Amino acid sequence: MGWQIIRAWTVLVYAFMFLPVAVVVLLSFNANQFGSFPMTGVSLHWFQELWNNDAVMRAFRTSLVLGLMTALISTTLGILASLALVRYNIPGRNAITTLLIAPILVPEVVLAVALLLFLNWLGIGKSFALLLAGHVIFTLPFVILVVQARLVSIKRDVEEAALSLGASPVQTFFAVTLPLMLPAVAAGALFAFTISFDDITGTLFWKPGGVETVPTQIFSMLRNSISPEINALGTVMIVMTVGLPLLGAAVARKLTMKGGT
Amino acid sequence: MSAVTLSNIVKRFGTFTAVHRTTLEIPEGAFVTLLGPSGCGKTTNLRMIAGLLDPTEGEILIGGKRVNDVPIHKRNLGLVFQNYALFPHKTVAENVAFGLKYRNVPKSEIAAKVRDALDLVQLPHVGDRYPKALSGGQQQRIALARAIVIEPDVLLLDEPLSALDANLREDMRVELKRIQERIGVTTVFVTHDQSEALAMSDLIVVMSEGRVEQVGKPEEVYNTPATEFVANFLGASNIFDARCVEHGATVVVEDVVFGRVTVPATKAPNLMGTGPAKLVVRAEKLKLARDAAPEGVISVPATVETVDYQGQAVRYFVRAGEAQLQAINMIDDHPFAVGAAVHLHLRPQDCAALPG
Repeated sequence: MGWQIIRAWTVLVYAFMFLPVAVVVLLSFNANQFGSFPMTGVSLHWFQELWNNDAVMRAFRTSLVLGLMTALISTTLGILASLALVRYNIPGRNAITTLLIAPILVPEVVLAVALLLFLNWLGIGKSFALLLAGHVIFTLPFVILVVQARLVSIKRDVEEAALSLGASPVQTFFAVTLPLMLPAVAAGALFAFTISFDDITGTLFWKPGGVETVPTQIFSMLRNSISPEINALGTVMIVMTVGLPLLGAAVARKLTMKGGT
Repeated sequence: MSAVTLSNIVKRFGTFTAVHRTTLEIPEGAFVTLLGPSGCGKTTNLRMIAGLLDPTEGEILIGGKRVNDVPIHKRNLGLVFQNYALFPHKTVAENVAFGLKYRNVPKSEIAAKVRDALDLVQLPHVGDRYPKALSGGQQQRIALARAIVIEPDVLLLDEPLSALDANLREDMRVELKRIQERIGVTTVFVTHDQSEALAMSDLIVVMSEGRVEQVGKPEEVYNTPATEFVANFLGASNIFDARCVEHGATVVVEDVVFGRVTVPATKAPNLMGTGPAKLVVRAEKLKLARDAAPEGVISVPATVETVDYQGQAVRYFVRAGEAQLQAINMIDDHPFAVGAAVHLHLRPQDCAALPG
């Protein structure tokens, strides 16, 4: 009896969480010209509209480039920071770790305004580079957390063995350390990409005039009208931000199984 | 010429001194064991030879050349760790080939050398497998193959047998010694296990608290311990306060348990003259018997207090007057019972004497 209630309650909670998402996905295939029920047929019409909408496509490209660059820079910096924090006995290690993780803890609005004010004070205007820098700052903690955890589990012995066999420290990193932490690096990069790809708060503050990412594009489209195109765009976003990490996790698991530890 | 020389080496970590001024010569081709309890500085010494730690003071020479400023990857050493440290993402063959790749060995030769190394460790068919598919003993053989395939100037072994099961450990001990003799590489072996040290070494360096206590052949450190620490660490010993009353071709010491004992001078090399001394009686040299001993063997009545039965051997704790002693005897049949009145037999030539 008790379990029945708990079960029903669980279903309700999940419904509450995912029903809106399901509705968006469902309506994106609606043939009707209004983005709402009732459905009058199944069509890919709104996806086609999306494809032909220059503004949306431009925003999509911007988001993609921004996400990829964020992932690349964040992952590189995250690996270097993790190596320094885990492998070297640097003074103030704990303080530095806290500082690097802080962007997760600080509300995003505060971070966004702070960075903007700081650059204003320096006399630097808004630019794509600023937007990128902002995204790197708040994706970096995720990369560091994931990569650091993995690096701790890689025994120093293995690297010392490589060194003793004649590999220089840099060669040891590329031949042993990096391959062993690859699953974490891939996970970190995916985190960085997806977080960057669907960020809106920081992006609204930092983006230069005329540049839109997919989330800010949706936001501005919603202000004019509720077009069914938005449903289609939402579906694309869901596929990217949910599908990519799932794919990544599967790849990571495969890599780990091959490598093993 | 020595293969490795430690000259006035000191290693400090902050205010803690891990290795006190140590000078050590490791002869070419020898199997040298650094033996001691954990924290005695043996691993620190090994890591300094390897180049994984820098000495605070002193010089390290390998093949007569000072290597203090030579980084580990340019020292040409073979290193084997307690936990194997194989590369989990590489196959066994790739693991063994790793060092050859950084030595510009042609591809065709790499394959042949890897095959030879795997043959040497008697695992010729596992090249395509990943390390985790192998047992611990097999993994350690691969680690050994990986270290010797590069033909190192010195092979450094850091407790390589400690992670293995007891049975396997003894097999590997024989195997390791066989391989070392076959290729004749100078080997420095670190262990806390005295039986490993005694069985395998040409030379044992007994260490305690960052200092070298004694350097000698296995039978030297076993039979003629230079210090009380060595006497206690290698095997079980009874050590008594005594007085040296005669010091010449033979040394006569006097103690409360055995009375006057005439020790060969060779077994008291550090005793410089008459005066306070210590008498060392190995537990295996003290025999329990029902009857008094014949002429020439010391005989002391005693009572059995504790019996620790171990199969083919028994460890007794006995009381003789005020003193409690331990004796380890091989037995045919039944051990003496607790409370039995026995005679302790001791041949004077089996005793050693230390300065008091």
